[in-house]
Amino acid sequence: MPSFAPHTEEEIEQMLTDLGMSSLEELYTSIPSTLMRTEPLALPKDLSEIEVLEQFSRFGADNSAVRSSLISFAGGGAYDHDLSAAARHLGSQSAFVTAYTPYQPEVAQGVLQALFEFQTMVARLFGLPIANASLYDGAASLVEAVNMAVGFTKRQRVIVSTGVHPGYREALATFGAGTHLEIEHLGLAADDSTIFGSSDGDHAGAAAVIVGYPNYFGAIENIEQARALADNEEALLIVVADPIALGLLRSPGTLGADIVVGEGQSLGIPLSFGGPYLGLFAARTEYVRLMPGRLVGETRDLEGRRSFVTTLRTREQDIRREKATSNVCTNQTLMAIQAAIHMAWLGKRGFQLLARRNYDGAHYLASRLSEIGLVPSTAKFFREFTVHTMGSATELQHRMLQHGFLAGVVPPNLDDRLVFAVTEARTRTEIDGFVDSLMKELR
Amino acid sequence: MKFSMASAPGGRAASSPLMGDAEEPTIFELSVPARRSFSLRDTAVPSMDLDEIQSWVREDAVELPEVSERDLVAHYTRLASRNYSVDLGAYPLGSCTMKYNPKFADQVAAIDGLTNVHPLTPPEAIQGWLRLLDELEHYVCEITGMAQATLQPPAGASGELTGLLIMRAYHASRGRKPTKVVIPDSAHGTNPASVSLAGYEAVTVPSGADGLVDLAKLRELVDENTAGIMLTNPNTLGLFEREIREILDVIHSVGGLAYYDGANLNAIVGVARPGDMGFDIVHSNLHKTFATPHGGGGPGAGPVAVVEHLVDFLPGPLPRSLDGGASYTWVTPERSIGRVHAFYGNAVVLARALAFMQYLGRDGLRTMSELAVLNANWLKTRIADSFEVAYQQPCMHEFVVSAERLKAETGVRALDVAKALLDAGFHSPTVYFPLVVHEALMIEPTETESPQTLEAIAQALEEIVATARTDAAAVFAMPRNTPVRRLDEAMAARKPILTEDQRQ
Ligand SMILES: Cc1ncc(COP(=O)(O)O)c(C=O)c1O
Repeated sequence: MPSFAPHTEEEIEQMLTDLGMSSLEELYTSIPSTLMRTEPLALPKDLSEIEVLEQFSRFGADNSAVRSSLISFAGGGAYDHDLSAAARHLGSQSAFVTAYTPYQPEVAQGVLQALFEFQTMVARLFGLPIANASLYDGAASLVEAVNMAVGFTKRQRVIVSTGVHPGYREALATFGAGTHLEIEHLGLAADDSTIFGSSDGDHAGAAAVIVGYPNYFGAIENIEQARALADNEEALLIVVADPIALGLLRSPGTLGADIVVGEGQSLGIPLSFGGPYLGLFAARTEYVRLMPGRLVGETRDLEGRRSFVTTLRTREQDIRREKATSNVCTNQTLMAIQAAIHMAWLGKRGFQLLARRNYDGAHYLASRLSEIGLVPSTAKFFREFTVHTMGSATELQHRMLQHGFLAGVVPPNLDDRLVFAVTEARTRTEIDGFVDSLMKELR
Repeated sequence: MKFSMASAPGGRAASSPLMGDAEEPTIFELSVPARRSFSLRDTAVPSMDLDEIQSWVREDAVELPEVSERDLVAHYTRLASRNYSVDLGAYPLGSCTMKYNPKFADQVAAIDGLTNVHPLTPPEAIQGWLRLLDELEHYVCEITGMAQATLQPPAGASGELTGLLIMRAYHASRGRKPTKVVIPDSAHGTNPASVSLAGYEAVTVPSGADGLVDLAKLRELVDENTAGIMLTNPNTLGLFEREIREILDVIHSVGGLAYYDGANLNAIVGVARPGDMGFDIVHSNLHKTFATPHGGGGPGAGPVAVVEHLVDFLPGPLPRSLDGGASYTWVTPERSIGRVHAFYGNAVVLARALAFMQYLGRDGLRTMSELAVLNANWLKTRIADSFEVAYQQPCMHEFVVSAERLKAETGVRALDVAKALLDAGFHSPTVYFPLVVHEALMIEPTETESPQTLEAIAQALEEIVATARTDAAAVFAMPRNTPVRRLDEAMAARKPILTEDQRQ
């Protein structure tokens, strides 16, 4: 029988003999016999390694929408970037892959230092002094940020722009059922940016104001206006940022955000059908004791050597239990390490250049689409923008698949819109080809 | 008692460090202005003007490091050499199931047709992924004895909260608003934290002298305000809750639901099922039982499976076939609690877990659990002279011993034992958890350690105890052979330095 257990039959016998037992079943005498299964599981019998691999290759072959065969203009929280070999190889080292949470820092300096460096990069990117060592994904980071704001302000009401990623907003509503969140929405103007409303009048006070930067439809929000609304509501300002945009745009922290969260998939993580991704989280220093997730700090060992350790652990569930600021335990460390390696590979100049290429690509596509009458509704954007389709967007997307293109994403419940994204992976030839095919379909 | 295993080399990492005990510079310290590693394709896209967004454009570039690829590779390779891992040696970290992670699953995770797929692709072009997820759901449900499952939760704790929100939605659908969820005092910290986040009050039921839920106390605690119970079975002491049926009857009799924390499923796959015990909601930690690598702290995957009358509340979307398996699409249940992940969970982790399940098959999965339990019982019995075994009944896949006696006699605590074990080339067990045992050492060898390695761990523990008796100071000074020695954790917390820029 296949097994990763090293025991020989003889060794199993010997071990049982040592325990005074005669069969493996005897190990389970503490389970009432009525609960012991007598039937084998109704599952297929074992397979060899190669058969499993072949099976999964077939699963893979049944996905026609693979990067190598489909030219993607889809974003919506998952972006088709070129990946670095370095991040892939260095991030797959088994010392990182097969370790767990650095509970014993003396033998976990590799993971700890990599996370400390990651925290530094995220903090610099977001323009805030501190960042944590990762959460599950962009949605989870937003939920945790809101929980933190609720904990800090002791208010239940949050004001969320409808420009925030719909999947994140849905997750916020799901988890908000437990924390009795009162969610109020801010609508969008015709240019897809948030209408912050007049900042005077009667304000009830909120825990947080939440905007995207850029938002789901691509619009670069006015963070100063969001800040003004937050001040009026005595609320924290939470910004959901696209990390790649910050290679070109001013960071939300410097524009007044209290907490910046985001999805880190763009930082060197494959599309992976939506996961594992990487929740980014940075905040102002005064919130450090309310931060969710692990924090790695610098210290010294007995011999005075610089070393790293998870710190401020009393925030966490294993110590604080029902009073913990968050329930997170297993996080996305490996993705954080890969993202850090990828950011270091891009470096200061590469990151800047990459952002500019994304901008140029998206604006080139937008100008070509305008030529064929598909004028983006989004006025100010970075690498993603929205167009209004005449007929069903889902239908158009379906037809474009036949041409070999993934034609953006359809916003939930808005079947007359497509949101297009362009990354540095898209060439001029591909963009031109895409516009030509679209033109054929729209004629 | 006589033990027939000889210690043999192999399971310990004592031969590992190549050289040096100097600090590794940070990547920022390795940075030299204008160095580079990156390489970007020429897209031939013209440069577009920035006029529209001029007021948003940043003045300086983000201060990321500037390093050569050669320096980058050296840095992360050296960092990797400063880290313990399952691939290096035994990792008996209780409750975490640090078993060997098979390499063929890495190959599964690298399949182009799986990793390079955008999550928002129309269903017609992702039939392979939908089928794969559907098949995994089937395995999870068969193993746990449940009807349907969501694969979205990216870890166990997320699964707990998802399950509790399902519990909440279920009660609400029946016009009820119970307020309390019962958890045992031996519960993992994520359980009470999740209970609070789900808007419930955590009520603790004490363990009896036998380490099991005190049924009489439970009866006193439970009333119509009880929304449900969260249990791990076997529990965190590694003991099977024998009276599980009676416990769950108490909960069900007041209309409550029973939640199974599947962190300890590795003990019973193919042997017993949470569904048969009477549980209504079950999460599985695929990164534990089904061998997906722990990644230095994550990613994991924590699917939540439920009984038939709760399937309507599952988070959507779910992969479903509406034409008898010919094709698949996404379906969201009518009364779904909503998404718990931006997309469909940690999909590639899910693929790895399914590959592992398929490899072992129905019989191999059961043997996996049996050998995990055999290893734990053997090691527990083997070290019973060195440490007090907290509870005498047979254990499941892990067990808890106490260093209380050692501490009284020598001053050496569980923490010191853990540190000393590092010097012997093993990872430490979990310490100070569960909270109900003083000076707890929670040991989970898993099925993938050989009996020779177990013997070697036992001898290392014996040696530590012997050293503690003759020269406790030597134990306090351990570890000595690790890349760094004990850390000043108080200093780290007093004035936290969490980034390069916070250092003075
Ligand atoms: C008993 C128990 N429950 C729950 C969890 C939480 O699971 P995760 O870390 O995947 O969130 C753990 C993890 O260590 C555990 O041991």
